[in-house]
Amino acid sequence: MKSFGYLKPETTVAAATLLAEHDDARILAGGMTLLPTMKQGLAAPAAIIDLSAVAALREMQWEEGALVVGAMARHYDVASSALVRAHIPALASLAGQIGDPQVRHRGTIGGSVANNDPAADYPAAILALDATVVTTTRTVAADDFFVDMFETALEPGEIITGFRIPVPEMAAYAKFRSPASRYALVGVFVARTAGKVRVAVTGAASSVFRALDIEAALQERFDPDALNRVSMDPSRLNSDIHADRGYRANLVMVMARRAVAAALQNAGQGATKGQ
Amino acid sequence: MSMSKVIGIGAAPKRKEDLRFVTGRGNYVADIKRPGMVFGAFLRSPHAHARLEAIDVTAARAMAGVVAIYTGEDLKADNVGGLPVGWGIHGKDGNPMKEPPHPPIAHGKVRHVGDAVAFVVADSVEQARSAAEVIEVQYEILPAVVSVVEALQAGAPAVYDDIPDNLCCDWELGDAAAVEAAFADAAHVASIELVNNRLIGNPMEPRAAIGEYDFASGQHTLWTTSQFPHVVRFLMGEFVLHIPQHKLRVVAPDVGGGFGVKQFHYAEEAVVTWAAAKLGRPVKWVCERSEGFLSDAHGRDHFTEADLALDESGKFLGLRVRTLANMGGYLSTFGPNIPTNLYAPLLSGVYRMPAIHCSVKVVFTNTVPVDAYRGAGRPEATFVLERLVDVAAIEMGIDKRAIRRRNMIPTEAYPYQTPVIVEYDSGDPIGCLDRAEKLADVDGFEQRRLESARRGKHRGLGLSTYVEACGLAPSRLAGSLGARGGLYESATVRVHPTGAVTVLIGTHNHGQGHETTFAQIVSDRLGVPFEDIDIVCGDTAKVQFGMGTYGSRSLVVGGAALSKAADKVILKGRKIAAHQLEADLGDIVFEAGEFSVAGTDRKKKFTEIAGAAYVPFDYPLETLEPGLEEQAYYDPVNFTYPGGAHFAEVEIDPDTGTVTLERYTAVDDVGTIINPMIVEGQLQGGIAQGVGQALFEHAVYDESSGQLLSGSFMDYCMPRADNFPAIVVAPHSTTCTHTPMGVKGCGECGTIGSPAAVINAVVDALQPLGITHVDMPATPNRIWNIIRNSRAALAAE
Repeated sequence: MKSFGYLKPETTVAAATLLAEHDDARILAGGMTLLPTMKQGLAAPAAIIDLSAVAALREMQWEEGALVVGAMARHYDVASSALVRAHIPALASLAGQIGDPQVRHRGTIGGSVANNDPAADYPAAILALDATVVTTTRTVAADDFFVDMFETALEPGEIITGFRIPVPEMAAYAKFRSPASRYALVGVFVARTAGKVRVAVTGAASSVFRALDIEAALQERFDPDALNRVSMDPSRLNSDIHADRGYRANLVMVMARRAVAAALQNAGQGATKGQ
Repeated sequence: MSMSKVIGIGAAPKRKEDLRFVTGRGNYVADIKRPGMVFGAFLRSPHAHARLEAIDVTAARAMAGVVAIYTGEDLKADNVGGLPVGWGIHGKDGNPMKEPPHPPIAHGKVRHVGDAVAFVVADSVEQARSAAEVIEVQYEILPAVVSVVEALQAGAPAVYDDIPDNLCCDWELGDAAAVEAAFADAAHVASIELVNNRLIGNPMEPRAAIGEYDFASGQHTLWTTSQFPHVVRFLMGEFVLHIPQHKLRVVAPDVGGGFGVKQFHYAEEAVVTWAAAKLGRPVKWVCERSEGFLSDAHGRDHFTEADLALDESGKFLGLRVRTLANMGGYLSTFGPNIPTNLYAPLLSGVYRMPAIHCSVKVVFTNTVPVDAYRGAGRPEATFVLERLVDVAAIEMGIDKRAIRRRNMIPTEAYPYQTPVIVEYDSGDPIGCLDRAEKLADVDGFEQRRLESARRGKHRGLGLSTYVEACGLAPSRLAGSLGARGGLYESATVRVHPTGAVTVLIGTHNHGQGHETTFAQIVSDRLGVPFEDIDIVCGDTAKVQFGMGTYGSRSLVVGGAALSKAADKVILKGRKIAAHQLEADLGDIVFEAGEFSVAGTDRKKKFTEIAGAAYVPFDYPLETLEPGLEEQAYYDPVNFTYPGGAHFAEVEIDPDTGTVTLERYTAVDDVGTIINPMIVEGQLQGGIAQGVGQALFEHAVYDESSGQLLSGSFMDYCMPRADNFPAIVVAPHSTTCTHTPMGVKGCGECGTIGSPAAVINAVVDALQPLGITHVDMPATPNRIWNIIRNSRAALAAE
């Protein structure tokens, strides 16, 4: 690892100012990707700006039908939050499935979304739940945020501060892990919010994407069997030593069915509890 | 403090060494700091095959902290030799194998991604790595070949210009004519074509080495992560660096796992030792994990076609095996021995197999050298045989257990001479199978299968038997097979004046619990409290000599030497006691730590005799030297032949192709057991590694570029704890007839029995779909594709 400057601001404004002032500085959220890449010599920023002291960025609250989650909320925070578990249990469940305990206590939702790793879990939730990405300068709709592999709509100098996530009627995430890395080989997040179904797929292509055919079938009938006549076009999916395109396309359908079944089951349990 | 007591053979004390390991007080090579030490980093080839046209180190040498940069030409100019091969085999034409030079740093050509190109020494490891990045190397990139099948095809790129067919050796064993006759008479021939997947051992501790030179004494010291420091001293001193043996000390301190990966003499060991002498400063190199993927010797990598001839009742008549074995870009220390001498002699398994012929083409490719990895040749042989037996059973409609029982060597038929060199001294394969099928609840399998089917899952039960040849090795036999060194072991039992004991032994402990097992042997034999015994290994300046630890040999060969040395201590003690008790030597018996005159109550404690040996006031000085320290060397009279029966039970999710190991039962004949807890741990670990090969691990090279695609844990799938059910391990031992304690060894059993058991279970689960073979690893993608293709084929029928 090359030597670098280390800055630790205590407010979002100070962080944005430092980012503007320093050439070749990088934001450090949880460091789950940045630090390994620096250790491997694949990234060598002149300075890193550590957001861990910006207390405001770790808050989570309930606001008018939506959860507002700070960018520095750790995966463990989201997984164990009573607020998240009450309103979007699928999101808490997804956070609890990321990496291992060490990763979950260091990694953050903002870092994961900003990095847009093609196999990251959070982008699937943000996209399927039609969340809004809040930054230091603006708000961006999830549909406009994820551009391509490791590429987002974030401009230089812009920092994610949090997410506004509408609470769905039903949602679930189903993930098939790569046996080696345990990252999502395919992850499918299914959500029905205000009657509208959105399905986001991670791990399968160069970036998270919405599976529109699956959405249309589920919009008609929200049931695993509604997907029996739907298939996934493998041509734009990733192919590597762990999963060829055809296999990934199959996994998308299998995980979509499992997510729908889980969403229905979760909703059923919620209804039972409510009675 | 704690009560001192004898803890003998058969007891299961907690391991002596674990306190320092679990409290972080181990002393590994990476922990060692020497005064004035500098740090090295290797620049490694990014190309699989290329000519080195020019190396410009000017800019790198000017970097901050850089002390020196060495290339292969520098070593060559200083008369540094190539890394030697410890075993030379001969082809079926009688000619010796092709043995091209293996320079510690490449010159002329690089032959695999990761081949060393330059060595940078700097004040810090970061500086050394930074400088390595700016070395300018001009490569003329050549076409590469990575697969054994392609390497043998006409027109394939030649790894060595003077070996145009890439063939190191065309080797054979067995009676081809007898096998042809057997096939001519066969009622049925079962055939199989299979791949034994390439593996990377990945011990928890990466390799490391420190070289140091002391001008005053002319003494060179190498600290290294080695399973056999004395052998490294010999190979490196004699062949590579030309350092006299008495001027070279090799130390292998605590080593964090070996699995074979650390039983070779590696280039880095020679380079740091040589550079330290050049610079007059200690030079340290610690392998990074990703660097280990490209420079630790790999394992397995066979392509095999095999046929089994049977009569109409399912009795085996003959076995014919043709294997292509990958050696990689250079011959590693034992490379050519593994797929030949440690493979073909095991092909009879636990069966009566009247005729066997095995031919092996040993092949060069542009990949990391391949050598021994836990099991080394024997898992490959077991996989061929046990898969073939299952295929025969399926094709002939015979129950898979019944066909095995019909052919097993009954326990009363031992000793049993196979047609492929080895003679099994003892064993009870039928007894192992009987016990294993009870423990595995084979009778309840059909119920479990139906329950899985109700959930839409395929369940399968797989069986593998095995035999291994371990306790390497009878020197004379090994020599006739091409070994270039002896394979005995040595031990010294040093009894201190207080009766406490230090053992100096030539094996090496790197996770196997030798400090415990060997202390139990001494405690048992001498009646000395377990806590009063220390086991020392791994330092050529302390330990007399040794061949190290590999091939499940430590207890079998090292333990035998230790047992012999203890016998000598007892004999000398009896002489001292005879003098003190005024009795004839023949009347002195030693039992439970006391020397007594038979039939009387006159006795001396072991501690009293030890004291007398060092304070010889009442001592037979006229006929006996003072002191109580004895040494023994032991050369085994035969291999030992542990064996057993393993059952694996899997469930397959046809939607995703995921194979889940649901149950695993192993019954093994490991001979006398010294510490049952350690044996169980060895079996569990071995089984986990074998299951890793069957389901997860695969070193994958890109066919055209020769790049290692599975070059990190992101892509190379290690087995994890959550991949396993509770593994049931039970012994069913017969006593080895020729080792002093009746031991057979257990280090590799698990790895040898498990791959075939797991794949047989996978195939059993998929048999309703008409599937008779699945290659390893049985990954979700592979299984899903197989299911899809066979469903399509069935639909088309």
